Amino acid sequence: MTSTLESGDVRAGRLSSAEYAENFSDLHPPLDHHEALVEADRCYFCYDAPCMNACPTSIDIPLFIRQIQAGNPVGAAKTIFEQNILGGMCARVCPTETLCEEACVRETAEGKPVKIGELQRHATDTYMARELPHPFKRAASTGRTVAVVGAGPAGLSCAHRLAMHGHDVVILEARQKPGGLNEYGIAAYKATNDFAQREVEWLMQIGGIELRLGQRLGSDFEVEDLVNQYDAVFIGVGLPSAYALDLPGSDLPGVESAIDFIARLRQAEDKSTLPVGQDVVVVGGGMTAVDAAVQSKLLGARTVSLVYRRGREQMPASRYEQDLAAAHGVHLVFNAKPARINGANAVESITFEYTASEGGKLTGTGETFEISADQVLAAIGQWMEADTGELELDGTTLARTDGNLSLSPYGRKVWVGGDCAHGGEDLTVTAVEDGKIAAESIHATLAG
Amino acid sequence: MADLSTNFLGIKSPNPFWLASAPPTDKAYNVERAYEAGWGGVVWKTLGEAGPPVVNVNGPRYGAIWGPDRRLLGLNNIELITDRDLETNLREMTEVKKRWPDRALIASIMVPCEEKSWRDILPRVEDTGADGIELNFGCPHGMSERGMGSAVGQVPEYIQMVTEWCKEFGKLPVIVKLTPNITDIRYPARAANKGGADAVSLINTISSIVSVDLDNFSPNPSIDGRGSHGGYCGPAVKPIALNMVAEIARDPETRGLPISGIGGVSTWRDAAEFIALGCGTVQVCTAAMTYGFKIVQEMIDGLENYMDEKGYETIEDFRGMAVPNVTDWQYLNLNYITKAKIDQDLCIKCGRCHIACEDTSHQAITSMVDGVRHFEVMDDECVGCNLCVNVCPVENCISMVPMATGETDPRTGKTVEADYANWTMHPNNPMAREAAE
Ligand SMILES: Cc1cc2nc3c(=O)[nH]c(=O)nc-3n(C[C@H](O)[C@H](O)[C@H](O)COP(=O)(O)OP(=O)(O)OC[C@H]3O[C@@H](n4cnc5c(N)ncnc54)[C@H](O)[C@@H]3O)c2cc1C
Ligand SMILES: Cc1cc2nc3c(=O)[nH]c(=O)nc-3n(C[C@H](O)[C@H](O)[C@H](O)COP(=O)(O)O)c2cc1C
Ligand code: SF4
Ligand code: SF4
Ligand code: SF4
Repeated sequence: MTSTLESGDVRAGRLSSAEYAENFSDLHPPLDHHEALVEADRCYFCYDAPCMNACPTSIDIPLFIRQIQAGNPVGAAKTIFEQNILGGMCARVCPTETLCEEACVRETAEGKPVKIGELQRHATDTYMARELPHPFKRAASTGRTVAVVGAGPAGLSCAHRLAMHGHDVVILEARQKPGGLNEYGIAAYKATNDFAQREVEWLMQIGGIELRLGQRLGSDFEVEDLVNQYDAVFIGVGLPSAYALDLPGSDLPGVESAIDFIARLRQAEDKSTLPVGQDVVVVGGGMTAVDAAVQSKLLGARTVSLVYRRGREQMPASRYEQDLAAAHGVHLVFNAKPARINGANAVESITFEYTASEGGKLTGTGETFEISADQVLAAIGQWMEADTGELELDGTTLARTDGNLSLSPYGRKVWVGGDCAHGGEDLTVTAVEDGKIAAESIHATLAG
Repeated sequence: MADLSTNFLGIKSPNPFWLASAPPTDKAYNVERAYEAGWGGVVWKTLGEAGPPVVNVNGPRYGAIWGPDRRLLGLNNIELITDRDLETNLREMTEVKKRWPDRALIASIMVPCEEKSWRDILPRVEDTGADGIELNFGCPHGMSERGMGSAVGQVPEYIQMVTEWCKEFGKLPVIVKLTPNITDIRYPARAANKGGADAVSLINTISSIVSVDLDNFSPNPSIDGRGSHGGYCGPAVKPIALNMVAEIARDPETRGLPISGIGGVSTWRDAAEFIALGCGTVQVCTAAMTYGFKIVQEMIDGLENYMDEKGYETIEDFRGMAVPNVTDWQYLNLNYITKAKIDQDLCIKCGRCHIACEDTSHQAITSMVDGVRHFEVMDDECVGCNLCVNVCPVENCISMVPMATGETDPRTGKTVEADYANWTMHPNNPMAREAAE
């Protein structure tokens, strides 16, 4: 086949089915039994372990690794789930290079941390594969009811902890599937085999949680309703809406938000049905940008450029993520911001202006360049779209105080957490921790 | 360049590394491969009486314990002496010795504790051209139940008697291989010496149950659901072997008796330690069984390199140098005071030193200083025990620094004295008090 370099070349089926299968398989194949034992032996069982302190959910890492080493992966998994009920997903998606593994003393010693994430996956996968009974028992019912809005990591973690304490939980989720970004956002090669849904089903085994899908806060119900109907409310709606590029030409066909592109990709059973450009440009510098760029490449795009407006050091995606993109052939461009999108009936190219930073303020240098593109994916941030009524905001996200309690006229009734709450790190693991903290605070309040 | 050649009881070998009597030396095929790889000598797998040979179990013979990454640390076996007939062994020994005249070949023997048995076998062994014999008084399983092996090795009178027979009816140098399965190794060594032994070799394996199968509740190795004790060897037994060698080396009755050191030798360093405690050769089994014969190359090269660095030309230049320094506890200098010191540049902040000292010793290591994770020894609490040094995963990160004379030990408030003073002179010692009164 001769490759045609025409603009507007956004199409599906660029690869063979074997190539699709290969490209969207596990990024890191799971450790086998032998590999897990070799790796577990590397852990020093540190005192007041730095890795554990670096884990947002404070998993007892030395303990669970020692359990693996001693031939008790089931016990290891329980140690993990005690602190992080989504330990299976976190093992797959945590940027460990900036969390536990960055703090590992073997990183200091040899530049080669213990592979904590992969060991965590080994333990949690082993537990789930053995189809053992759910590791936690629900306490006797308290008769108290809690509404959880959003079935993402924050909501799920909160619901599970509350159910464990014996409260009756109703999850209200706008989408048709639970999981939040685990289901719609995380890169496909990080959560293969429908893991997000399997994990939710597994989590629900605790009992006492009712999941209501297609229920949107702001249209189907209001915060006020929940406050009236339930003893407590948790809001974990994430940041569902993407900021759009606001440039000349940004309404041309071929321009879309990276999270919509990814959500479509995640939901497509057959990746060969997914259209992708011949030349793709991603604008942004976070995990979403990297994932959109890498997955465009995996779908068969010929060139993918990722353009970030600041320097490499400021890029929110970790060095590991940047290298991952580079290894997949993504062209990284720094210090440039989009100026306009060009094209007659569809995107043909995008013009960037170089930037300079003066005293932290970013300015255009006036110098421009053009990259030809038939698809432009914007990954420049998301915002919380939901109508959260009287809940106090801090900037564009929900304000919170101790125990993730929301500031509102309702008193100790509403808690918030995850991406929609102020000052978060926008990670799966921090969302899980937020949900857990809120649940404990709600429990203490209800028991109070 | 150091010369590793050894002359042990007149038996010459190009280096002190011999293979111990065990599977690696069971037949011509293995022994010739060992010689090709560079081993200085072998002690042929123990021979039994003429007639139908012993039989081994047909299930598993070994069990083990492992360190990190499944590094084999201790091996346990329930194998017996050779299960091939005597004629075959003797024929092969003759052929091998002819082809390899410069290597040591020792015949290990275990026959019943009767004069006739020994009278019969000794001339036949001599006919092979073997350089010496080793009496296996050590095997702790299978043979001891038949009144041989460690059953003999545990009774000093028998050792002496059999040694005397071998000296009387045979012409070859006699090495008596001792069992460690005894409370005080000096007694069998003295008995061998009295019987006229030219040397002792030690240790044979230690009676052991290496593990229990928690599914079928059988000791391992499990033979159809049951197990028996076996003999333990490998790196884990080296400390026991070194102590026993030292006991014999410094015992007034056996001082100077040649020793072939055995037990856990895996590297040149292990060998050098045995030599420093007086051994003229070392014997190796488990290390060869773990890694194959090639490991001798590292042993030879490492020993040469050590000797070159130290300026020792022959093994005799440093053999036995550690013996005078082995003493009893009561003669250790109580005025020698050390403090642990952590090299902050090497420290990787794992905290193991802290928790070891905090939970199980003397609460002498910080974990946090001014709100920062920091491990430092508090001299006013440190008793100088060395535990932290041993648990630290980084070599040379913690060292024990002796205090200088005249300094004040912040723990006791006492001045460090120059004089040597031991427990026999200490005021808290009731015996010392009595003597003073
Ligand atoms: C493309 C992409 C890749 C990422 N990769 C990683 C990664 O590799 N590692 C990592 O740690 N983090 C990653 N993240 C971040 C991570 O996914 C989020 O931080 C995390 O999912 C936040 O959890 P949450 O529960 O707060 O929100 P979400 O996961 O967004 O879940 C919110 C839920 O609320 C629902 N909802 C929204 N509005 C309403 C409403 N009005 N009414 C009812 N329900 C509503 C949504 O449908 C959703 O189910 C990635 C994010 C993106 C976008
Ligand atoms: C499988 C096996 C069989 C052995 N058989 C004999 C033997 O027949 N005669 C003997 O004197 N020692 C025998 N030994 C003991 C070894 O010669 C040696 O003394 C002991 O293993 C300690 O050395 P090492 O730690 O280097 O293995 C045997 C050891 C093993 C592992
Ligand atoms: S820091 Fe590394 S070595 Fe220490 S406990 Fe954690 S994983 Fe193990
Ligand atoms: S030498 Fe002993 S007492 Fe001193 S710091 Fe180390 S462990 Fe503690
Ligand atoms: S054990 Fe060693 S490396 Fe670990 S904290 Fe102590 S001194 Fe540092």
